[in-house]
Amino acid sequence: MSDKKAPRGTVKKLLRALRPYRGRLLFSLLCSAVNAGLSLYIPLLFGRCIDLIVGPHNVDTQGVKNKLMLSGALILISALGAYLAAAENNRVTQSVIRDLRNGAFRKIQILPLSYLDSHPSGDTLSRVVNDVDRFADGLLLGFTQFFSGVITIVGTLALLFSLSWQVALTVVLLTPLSLVTAHLIAHRSFRYFQRQASIRGSLTALTEETVGNLKTVKAFGQEENAGRRFDEVNGELKSASLKAIFISSISNPGTRFVNALVYAGVAITGAFSVLGVFGGGLTVGLLVSALGFANQYTKPFNEISSVFAEMQNALTCFSRVRELTDAPAEQPDPPEAAEIGRAEGNVELHDVAFSYDKSREFIKGFNLSVREGQKAAIVGTTGCGKTTVINLLMRFYEIDGGRILLDGTDIRDITKKSLRGNVGMVLQDTWLKNASVRENLLEGRPDASDEEMIATAKRTHAHSFIKRLPQGYDTVLGEDGGSLSQGQKQLLCITRAMLADPNILILDEATSSIDLATEIKVQKAFDELTAGRTCFIVAHRLSTVMHCDVIAVMDGGKIVEKGTHEALLAQGGYYAKLWASRSC
Amino acid sequence: MKLMVTYLKKYRLISVLAPLFKMAEAFLELLVPLVVRDIIDVGIGNRDASFVVRCTVQLAVMALLGLAFSLTAQYFSARAAVGFSADLRAQMFRHVSSFSYAKIDKMGASALLTRLTSDTELAQNGVNLTLRLLLRSPFVVFGAVIMSFTVDVKSALIPAAAVPVLGAVIAGVMLFTMPLYKKVQTKLDAVLGHVREALSGVRVIRAFSKEQAHTAAFAEKNDALFSVSFFAGRISSLLNPVTYILINIATIVLIWTGALRVQSGILTQGAVVALYNYMAQILVELIKLVNLAVTISRALAGAKRIESVLAEETDMAFPEVGAQPDFSAPAVEFVHADLKYGENADLSLRDISFAAAGGSLGVIGATGSGKSSLVDLIPRFYDVTSGEVKLFGHNVKEYSADMLQRLVAVVPQKAVLFSGTLRDNLRWGNENASDEEMLRALQTAQAFSFVNEKGEGLDLPIEQGGRNLSGGQKQRIAVARALVKNAPILILDDSGSALDAATEKAMRAALGEVGAKLVVTVSQRTGSVAGCDDILVLEDGALTARGRHEALLSRSPAYAFIYRCEEGGDGVV
Repeated sequence: MSDKKAPRGTVKKLLRALRPYRGRLLFSLLCSAVNAGLSLYIPLLFGRCIDLIVGPHNVDTQGVKNKLMLSGALILISALGAYLAAAENNRVTQSVIRDLRNGAFRKIQILPLSYLDSHPSGDTLSRVVNDVDRFADGLLLGFTQFFSGVITIVGTLALLFSLSWQVALTVVLLTPLSLVTAHLIAHRSFRYFQRQASIRGSLTALTEETVGNLKTVKAFGQEENAGRRFDEVNGELKSASLKAIFISSISNPGTRFVNALVYAGVAITGAFSVLGVFGGGLTVGLLVSALGFANQYTKPFNEISSVFAEMQNALTCFSRVRELTDAPAEQPDPPEAAEIGRAEGNVELHDVAFSYDKSREFIKGFNLSVREGQKAAIVGTTGCGKTTVINLLMRFYEIDGGRILLDGTDIRDITKKSLRGNVGMVLQDTWLKNASVRENLLEGRPDASDEEMIATAKRTHAHSFIKRLPQGYDTVLGEDGGSLSQGQKQLLCITRAMLADPNILILDEATSSIDLATEIKVQKAFDELTAGRTCFIVAHRLSTVMHCDVIAVMDGGKIVEKGTHEALLAQGGYYAKLWASRSC
Repeated sequence: MKLMVTYLKKYRLISVLAPLFKMAEAFLELLVPLVVRDIIDVGIGNRDASFVVRCTVQLAVMALLGLAFSLTAQYFSARAAVGFSADLRAQMFRHVSSFSYAKIDKMGASALLTRLTSDTELAQNGVNLTLRLLLRSPFVVFGAVIMSFTVDVKSALIPAAAVPVLGAVIAGVMLFTMPLYKKVQTKLDAVLGHVREALSGVRVIRAFSKEQAHTAAFAEKNDALFSVSFFAGRISSLLNPVTYILINIATIVLIWTGALRVQSGILTQGAVVALYNYMAQILVELIKLVNLAVTISRALAGAKRIESVLAEETDMAFPEVGAQPDFSAPAVEFVHADLKYGENADLSLRDISFAAAGGSLGVIGATGSGKSSLVDLIPRFYDVTSGEVKLFGHNVKEYSADMLQRLVAVVPQKAVLFSGTLRDNLRWGNENASDEEMLRALQTAQAFSFVNEKGEGLDLPIEQGGRNLSGGQKQRIAVARALVKNAPILILDDSGSALDAATEKAMRAALGEVGAKLVVTVSQRTGSVAGCDDILVLEDGALTARGRHEALLSRSPAYAFIYRCEEGGDGVV
């Protein structure tokens, strides 16, 4: 844990995040200054009033009246300042939160998949939701109390010196006590807050995993076990939170104690000053004001120390959010990257090498050439690297060596957007967004008309079940496709890809959850669509790929055989063995 | 509120002691103006320096005692709050785990997630601050008012009148902002849901180059959250200045009446000072209370949302002591079973009746024909809308949850694994399974060889969602996990879909040996069910044919069609 160096860099970043709101913050600062200054002056006025109330028949009623009227006016101005400052702070805080969340979301869109694949999504969620929230709480508190606190301290000291330098000196001498206490506590609590935030992240990750897959948990009656795992992390969070909360909450009583000492100090020096021990000077009324100031002076220390505690928490959370937003983004397209229109669809992979874990090679010496309109199949046993090839074609991951060419151009010289725009993809993992069927189908081509959409859905045989849904095409699916069956989800994904009408298609086990009868029907529609288009088909059912123009048989990250179905069978190698085992 | 009380019960002692210690500290603070009055009236009045020193020492001792009290209180309240939220989270987690499939569909994972995380945090904050301040602040305020009465009854009427007015203002603002903060949390649900979706669908979003559209849609939800939070915050910013104005105006009145009363000789200057000091204390405490009001409103909003989850009745009750299975009766029997998923939805299953005594049962049909719905009724994932489902002679509703678990093992369509080791995952089937049992299950599921290749055996680490494994590997482990359970009824819901034909074939052969009384195989392919003793053909939610492979080929056009499709394809048999 980088518990010491974190704050400095983080504070700098925080200031940068606040830069757009400089004007508003200045205005808020000004309002706070007015409020704090007047809050100091008003007790002084009250003190003067009390000085005019000496004893029976010795009260300057007119003077008291004038001073009270003046205070009344100042009170209103001061309150106005307080309101404006609070309102402005609220606006800035909420805006910063919004910016931060938007930034985080934008970042998620450009993070390399290697990052997203290797970080639990629950933890990322916790950063975008919980950490931003906690940060906001601290920030708002910081704004509202820090400014006015500092102004109050400075102003009080000035006033105290003007009243009596002896009293003021007592206060100044006792101040470091307050500061040291606050600093010690803040320093410790930062560490505990950091631990708390990171455990909170793992608890969210665990909750996300369990609650997101609750059906499987229940299918195995594992509620109790999952509960126990939850309890374990929950217990860790409990003890971390207890430490964080308690340590940070020491600061308030701690500084209050120091303040009480300051107060006692002022009482004694002030009283002696009134008694004339130091050559005199103070009146009783002024002593009252001085005591009031001692209270006023110490209050902001209280607040600032609690702000420090809260700010430590906020900074921890902020740094967790920044870890996400500062993670290196996907290499952006180089400026000279070409925006290609509709590609012809010649794809060549030359001596491609790639591995997820750079210390172990996975795919190497991969060569495959697919001409426009051809269908290429990639087959092999599970875990041989079929899906990885798709990741590389789509540039979800960048290759480590070799080249991939589209119509003779290295795909790294083409913008990702136009590359991907040319490729339609149907994956084994069906993903649908929490929106209506229509919105989901139009994802790839938002301008398609209803007629086109329905026509496509009929071709993929999705129409018949869609129209049986409660609101037909307007049915909102719910999270993760709601209660649709796996096969229905897959049909929707196929329809979505078909409607997008791309020139190259990638089908990664696209039909594994569809029954063969439907698949054959869909296949007809696919055949129609794929005529003249380049296709990459990953499948374990050899039946789906036997008509392909080229079949690449993979094993252990390498292509071991390549050719047409007939040629491969004739060759009598690995493919022939797979084919034979299919029905033995 | 009710929620807070219920869950604080366990921490009764410390949650009572915390505010009491706070009050003790506050009590000491209330004495301070009295000591100061003595310094002024007696010490300065009589020019008695040693009296002043004694009073000062008294102040210091009071400060030290105050520190001790307050530290104790902070510790107790932190413990109570943290314990409260941990218990609440655990309870909610268990409650959510008890939801039926239907309820899970209805609630949605994102909403449950915010409740388990963000909402409980809010409630925890609320409890912590409440214990620390809620008693202290009113105590100081009322104490100060009462002390003012001891100084001068007539003058004390002024703070006594100001305090209720302020109380009304604070209560009003709280009542107004609480629904707003509830809305804030609802908008937060939407934001969380969107992030979750963007994370799980990142490949599709990028493939369609829809990053910008999704960012824009997110920004819209985020803006909605912004406007509600902004509005709620703005209302809350009123609290502080309003309190400030009211208290200070009361102070002006107080000094003015004080002046008149000193003039007529009823009060001393020191008394006015004391009254003024009490007023100042009231101001400080009320400002704290006002700031607390915002936290409390938010905590209550969070608590309301948590309550709504806890109030969701588990719609599926299991008897405590359930029926004992009669193993001579048919393993599974459906009697006129209907199922629909929602009020307005079409029937997903229509009038299903059949009995399977044992052996192997195949269920086949097109996508969306109701195969999964049918097998989901056997372990009682859903309750039938009408009709009956029986296992071993008893309605499924008569079995305890525990017994159902022991009777039925399921391999779900989607192979979901959990982070941990392979052993952890397999133990889901049976906590006490020995290593040999698990290895045997892996062998039957055709998973042994690839597990072996990875070289870590049962300690093979599995990442979240099993993403370090391929689809086929996950599916085989999911099968092994069900096998470890050794239940009399084994359901395989299309669990060969991600396997190559050779592996699936080998698995099917091995599964024949495991000795379950009834093995139900759901598939879209006749090839996977052809060997079954009995096959059910589903079309559009209805059971249209039943029999063995050969019989169905001639009797069921649907079955024959599926078979011909496969033959025409490549003849997977």
